[in-house]
Order: sequence, then C-alpha cells, then structure tokens
Amino acid sequence: MENMMEVRWHGRGGQGAKTAALLLADAAFNTGKYVQGFPEYGPERMGAPITAYTRISSEPIRIHSNIYEPDYVVVVDETLIDVVEVTKGLKPGGAVLVNTQRSGEAVRKQLKHQDFEIYTIDAQKISLETLGKNFPNTPMLGAVVKVSGIIGDEDFIQSMEESFQHKFASKEDVKEGNMQALKRSLQEVVKYEE
Amino acid sequence: MPIRDRMSGNEAVALAMKQINPDVLAAFPITPSTEIPQIFSQYVSDQQVDSELILVESEHSAMSACIGSQSAGARTMTATSSAGLALMWEMLYVAASNRLPITMAVVNRALSGPININADHSDSMGARDSGWIQIYSENNQEAYDNYIQAVRIAEHPEVQLPVMVCQDGFITSHSIENIELLEDESVKSFVSDYSPAFSLLNSEEYAAVGPYDSPAYYMEHKRQQAEAMKKSLSAIREVSRAFESLSGRKYDLFESYRMEDAELAIVIVNSAAGTAKEAVDRLRKQGKKAGLVKIRVFRPFPHEQIAAALSKVKVLGILDRSESFSSIGGPLFAEIRAALYPAAERPPAVNYIYGLGGRDVTIDHIESVFADLEKIQSTNETGQEYRYLGLRE
Repeated sequence: MENMMEVRWHGRGGQGAKTAALLLADAAFNTGKYVQGFPEYGPERMGAPITAYTRISSEPIRIHSNIYEPDYVVVVDETLIDVVEVTKGLKPGGAVLVNTQRSGEAVRKQLKHQDFEIYTIDAQKISLETLGKNFPNTPMLGAVVKVSGIIGDEDFIQSMEESFQHKFASKEDVKEGNMQALKRSLQEVVKYEE
Repeated sequence: MPIRDRMSGNEAVALAMKQINPDVLAAFPITPSTEIPQIFSQYVSDQQVDSELILVESEHSAMSACIGSQSAGARTMTATSSAGLALMWEMLYVAASNRLPITMAVVNRALSGPININADHSDSMGARDSGWIQIYSENNQEAYDNYIQAVRIAEHPEVQLPVMVCQDGFITSHSIENIELLEDESVKSFVSDYSPAFSLLNSEEYAAVGPYDSPAYYMEHKRQQAEAMKKSLSAIREVSRAFESLSGRKYDLFESYRMEDAELAIVIVNSAAGTAKEAVDRLRKQGKKAGLVKIRVFRPFPHEQIAAALSKVKVLGILDRSESFSSIGGPLFAEIRAALYPAAERPPAVNYIYGLGGRDVTIDHIESVFADLEKIQSTNETGQEYRYLGLRE
C-alpha cells in the first residue's frame, strides 16, 4: 500500500478518460508493475461526468474500492471544476493536472488551493494539431506520466508505441498522431509557480 | 512457463473458455449478458476455437440450448449476469436435475428494481438452491483459475453437476489487473477430452434425458442429486490440488487469512475480500487479532470445515452483498449460523448487508466492522444482529 500510486481521472463521456486510465495502467504494466485500471460506472452518456481510476504498485494490488485519496488528479475537462470537487481528498504533496488554455494562476483561483501542486497543459491544442480532432485524453496521459515520473519518458514512449501498434494496427496515421501528442505533452505540461 | 499479462475479469474468463475450447457456447448476445460471449464470438470468427456458437433470443433459451447440447454429449458453457440469470431460473433446475455438467460464468450484478446494473450478489444468491455448484472469485486471477477448474469439477464422475463461477460485476469484470496465465497446452491437458457416460448421440447405448418422474421415483432422484452435491466437496478439493500442482496457486473450499490466532473475524465473498484483507493487515499492525474467511465454494456449503475454522473466534462479523428479506439477515449469515449451531461453544455473530447495487466498500468500512466486533467482545453485548454497512443516514 505504501508503494502505491493512485490516480483519479475526471472527464466527460466520450473524451476517453476511461481509455486513458487503462492505458496508464498498461504502460506501467509494461515496466513490470502491478496495476489496476477501472471506470466508475454510471449512466453512460456523451458529455456526462465520468470518473476513472488507475492504481500502480510494486506489489500485488488487493484493494477493490474506488480511490478517495489520490496522489494525482487528472482533469480532462475543465468545465467539471464547477460541477464536481475534483481535488476532493487529494493527498498533501499530490498534484492536480488540468487541461486548459488558461494560466495556472487562473486555475489556482478556481480550485480551493491547499497543499498540492497544480499543472496545466493545453491538451485540446496538442490534440487538434497532432490528430486533427479533440481527443484530450492522449496528451493528459503523457502529462500525468511526466508529472508523476512513474515511468521514464523513453520507457513510456516505447511502451505506448507497442500499445498503439496493436490498437491502431490498420491506421498508421492515427498511431503517428497519438505518438506526437504524447511526445509533445511530455514537453508542454507546465507547473504553476506562485 | 506462466504468462504474465493484464486484463479484465471478463477477458480472463473468455480466455479460459478459449483455452478450454468447448464444443458449444450458447448465449444471449446483448445486455444483460456480459462481454464474455462477445469476446468469445471474436475467437470463433478468428477460428481460434472450433466451438459452435449458438446465439439465442433470451437467457431462458440460452440455458435451454445448453441443456440440449450437453445432453447430446457436447461440453457446453455460457455466461450471464443479473436479470439474465433470473430469466434462466426455470432451466437452471432442469440442468442440475438432469446431472448435466454445464459450466457458466456469472458476473454478479444487482436485480431490478429500482433499476441498477452494478455489483451485488442478488443474482447468484437467488439461484443458490437450484442445484448448481457455486464458486466465487475475488479477482480476475481467481475467475480464470476457477473457470478452468470448474470444467473438471462438473464432469467429475462422482459429481456430474453444473457449476457457476461468479465474480463481481464491474469491480473485477471490467477492471484491468495483472494476471498469470497458463499455456494453452496446459489447460487443454488439465481439462482433457470430454467423454460423457451417457449421451443422446451415443448410438451404442440409448438414453433418455428429462422425462416425467412420478412420485414413486422423484424423491429418490432428488436424494441422488443431493448426494452428488455432498460428494462434490471432496471432488472440488481433489481438482484444486491438481490445479495447484499445475499452476502453483493453492485453492480450497474457502480461504483463511490470518486466522491462526484470530479473535475477531469476518466472513466475506468475492472482490471486497481483497479490500478486507488490507483492513485486517492494518489492524494486525495495531496488535489486534483480526482475521478473515473468504468463501470460495458456497454450494455445496462446507459447513463442517467452516465451523472448524471459526471454532476459536470470539466474535464474528458476516458480510452479505445481497438481501434475502428474511428479516434476520442475508444468505451467508444464515449458512454460517447454521454451520455453527452444532458447536458446543458458538461465538456471537452479527450480519452486515453491504455493497448493494454497487455501493462502494472501503477499508474504513471494514475497519468499522472490526471496531463493532471489538466492542461486542469487550461489552459482552451483541446488540442488533442484523445490520447495514455504509448506509446513508
């Protein structure tokens, strides 16, 4: 339990938060970790708020409850900040990552800033420029890997290359776009400094 | 060589089915069935199995098709969940009383109403008296291992009964977790070829399946069925031992966790057992003598073994993820108390109904149960025996 990292994902149905939660588990699995990736099921509708979870540990994972005190919170859709308390239970010293075009300062004012770090990334811009469509989950995945340091950049890129090879076997351009999105997200996620 | 992988509980069971490569899989292809037949249908399309896939118009028909196919002499399986299992009800009894070793994956989910699709045990607990052997699984690994064992248990000459292998809906069925897989060849040789003693397609020896049974014989047949259920306990253990030598993973009728000197113990089924083990570890660190028993085989119920395992416990908490509306507690509570009745000294026992319709259960919840048990031990007052856990005030 001490060696466990817990991530909570907030997104809206259709944005791929569940997929990202599972891909993070996948990437960590490829580096030899024990993992758990699961969504919280509710009414499955486009646009409805959804929560997904990732656990990563160096030991077998037995717990089967949702995550209430995450180390990291990933906000795939910033409009949710007004709808759900995204940083609820976030551990002191943990971090929240927000997909936004706004400044870290603006995000800080909106969040009840306590004892956690804030990171921002314009996942929409990255996605539009690399994939031509707004799939913010891929850049958010790269961002959480970067911020947490749970997997080294190179291992992560290699692992995702393999995953996408399988996932997008017949769509080379989609795979390439996703890889570009990941690489850019590793560079473009920014820590807010007061 | 074990294969390290990660997958959901649904994928794990579908993969076990692929490795077993049954003659027939009959299933209702849409909700409330599970993803399992969907994944299996891909194996069929890709010719990775040579099974006959029968897609039917309802779960009642799915079980009917299983009965026909298994009677014909084909190794047959299916998968379902929730209302789908409820719709099979009539045919579950037919499968069991005809002594057909069908295996079925059950993904435990609530029954309506109010309408709910999430994890609880109402579906399979409702089917507990249908004559099926019931095996429960804490995680994807156990669901996979149990399914492979289920085929041998069902077809065991002393048993010849259908088996359902249960796991929690969404919590394990849709959660990606690490798993250690067996090689195809190992599974194939573990289950070996199916050669039924009697079958409708055996032209050498004719048999009738499912005829009318008059009052002059019906009771004797029921008694034989009950005897087979009783005998299955030792068959289950025999198969578990064989599986252990194949996989290195040990299974028994139930799992005792830190029970050696436990004074406060809980009894639980399926995925919440993992969460509860974390709670037990926390309490042990505080020097508290906490332990846990996880039921693996609920039908037949291992009364004697359970009573022995709980004989030294001072206070017992029994957790049920389904209501039976008996007004004195859930189905597990009833079984455990019945098992303890012949004992000279019985610990006080309280029941907690928890996790209905997918209500999350946390380490804190389980710790609060142990706190209650501790209070009962120190005050000698049991108080209300039939309780709800995690209920909103």
